[in-house]
Amino acid sequence: MKDPETDYRHAKPDQSGSGVMDYLDLDTKDQTFLDATELVLNMGPQHPSTHGVLRVILKLDGEKVLGTECVIGYLHRGVEKIAENRTYAMFNPYVDRMDYVAAVSNGLGYCEAVEKLLNTEAPPRAQYIRVILTELCRIASHQVWLGTHALDIGALTPLFYCFRDREEILKIFEKYCGARLTTHAFRIGGCIYETYDGFEQDCLKFCDAFLPKLDEYEELLTTNRIWVRRTKGVGILKPEDCIALGVTGPVLRASGVKWDLRKKQPYEAYSKFDFEIPTGLNGDTYDRYLVRIEEMRQAVRIIRQAVEGLPTGPIMAKIPKVLKPPVGEVYVSIEAPKGELGYFIVSDGSLQPYRVRVRPPSFVNLQALDKMVRGLLVADVVAVIGTLDIVLGEVDR
Amino acid sequence: MPDETREPNPALPAGSPDPTKPSAPESAKASGVTKADATNKPAEPVKAAAAPATGDKPAAAAAKPAAPAAKPAPKPEGPKPEPWDSELVRKLKGQYGSGIREASTYVGQKYLVVDSSIVHEILLRMRDDELFDYCVDITAVHYPKRELQFDVVYILYSFHKNERVRIKTQIREGETLRSAFAIWPTANWLEREVYDMFGISFSEHPDLKRILLPDGWKGHPLRKDYPILQQDREWVQINLGIESGQ
Repeated sequence: MKDPETDYRHAKPDQSGSGVMDYLDLDTKDQTFLDATELVLNMGPQHPSTHGVLRVILKLDGEKVLGTECVIGYLHRGVEKIAENRTYAMFNPYVDRMDYVAAVSNGLGYCEAVEKLLNTEAPPRAQYIRVILTELCRIASHQVWLGTHALDIGALTPLFYCFRDREEILKIFEKYCGARLTTHAFRIGGCIYETYDGFEQDCLKFCDAFLPKLDEYEELLTTNRIWVRRTKGVGILKPEDCIALGVTGPVLRASGVKWDLRKKQPYEAYSKFDFEIPTGLNGDTYDRYLVRIEEMRQAVRIIRQAVEGLPTGPIMAKIPKVLKPPVGEVYVSIEAPKGELGYFIVSDGSLQPYRVRVRPPSFVNLQALDKMVRGLLVADVVAVIGTLDIVLGEVDR
Repeated sequence: MPDETREPNPALPAGSPDPTKPSAPESAKASGVTKADATNKPAEPVKAAAAPATGDKPAAAAAKPAAPAAKPAPKPEGPKPEPWDSELVRKLKGQYGSGIREASTYVGQKYLVVDSSIVHEILLRMRDDELFDYCVDITAVHYPKRELQFDVVYILYSFHKNERVRIKTQIREGETLRSAFAIWPTANWLEREVYDMFGISFSEHPDLKRILLPDGWKGHPLRKDYPILQQDREWVQINLGIESGQ
């Protein structure tokens, strides 16, 4: 039944010299770049520190990295094509599956974009609930990042601490909407669920309990000599490189650019809260660690303000039951835990979006990997992949 | 063997996670509309969908008195693109004349439609003179019914002005655009994805090849004439030897 001509697994390597298959073909002489002192090492796709199925082809001189090439797409599910075959409301749960450690943020961005297309806005109470859950989600995402990043570098304990404390956030999600990870917490036009009894207390209790835990993480790492040696000066990214490469989120801020969409182009109720944007100085892995730790503190600040100021009122805007946005196109982006998450939606006036483009922060940030690891050692590549905080579900979509 | 039947109508609101469960006559109407739209007729559905929509209303009104109260509200105020007039637009129009096809804002978002022959020049100008130093995204939209089949959209942002603008250009099938890699290195992967998904090629790109799909893939999935089951027939079954059950 199988046709050898079209059988991908047995396909001859691309002779044009453009495919990555060239590097792995042992039969023909490779004329790409190998010489006696260079070595090509294949890292991934099944490698524990690539955080999913990322394959990095490393070109090495001894243990020094001369260049990298990322091979991605192993987790490609065609989310954008699926969107064109679903109604606006039906596509909403799919976006949770992109950045699955920060599903709430994904949903927020999508709902914001469709609301913009409908020229409507969530009511104030829904906006506050959204802010609370999104900031909780930001903490959860950073906890996963910290745990796995520290594990990659060799510190085992932070992983257990982070996952233990993240559990409390997931419990709040579960009590709020029944799901822990892919929450589908928000709907276009607001929220579907009213807060449960004790939601505010749960959030405040978490905030009170979490800050000492955060100090515990810092105790383990911030002045830990091994941690500092492994992260300081590793994977430096200058601010101008960040901007040229389109890198956003904590990685950009660690390079010293004070840029956060929550402040620059406030969405939801963010303009009403008082919080700081932490920035770094050197743009190295250590600064990115400090920035994300501080971001968790600021997230706690926002949650407290939002819980205390939680207004009463409706949680759903008046939107039509069958969503049929007018003809037009919008681009709306939010500050997701990993950077600028944007949705470019084109409506042709029908029930289904004509085109949904997701601007994934992980995908764009991953492009900086090559710039960051050149000249470093193989072990540093692991640290840099960790510090970029990529989620392959979002890179590949 | 491949399941040749059409996929079940995805837009049936009964299975939708939407909180508001539509009443029976409404859902029947809605699914009827969707079927018409799902046949990959992107240029016309605008008009085609508008007609049933008006017929939709009285039915809903009869079925549920609560629905019409919400419904008519957004209809009349359907936002329209408004002309965007600023110093930048006047400057560009003065220099390029009809090369700038359109300068508008839609729900407060600015965009320029420019001729494909000058888009590279415009992008370079936007970066150097107008300080749009951050290329947020490059993407495309396929309109198979048009002569100029593809919209290529550049979303730019200026850190200095805290401002976003979209540069749009329209190209025909097979036309090549000059890569923006020399202007913003971030265009590297973004353009590779556009190539992968739409088959639009960019000249002077350092490494134009597929990025998300395997090298042996046939076709470009985000084109409107690419059926959603093709992946199953052309790739999954042949290469993996499994029935995906779609």
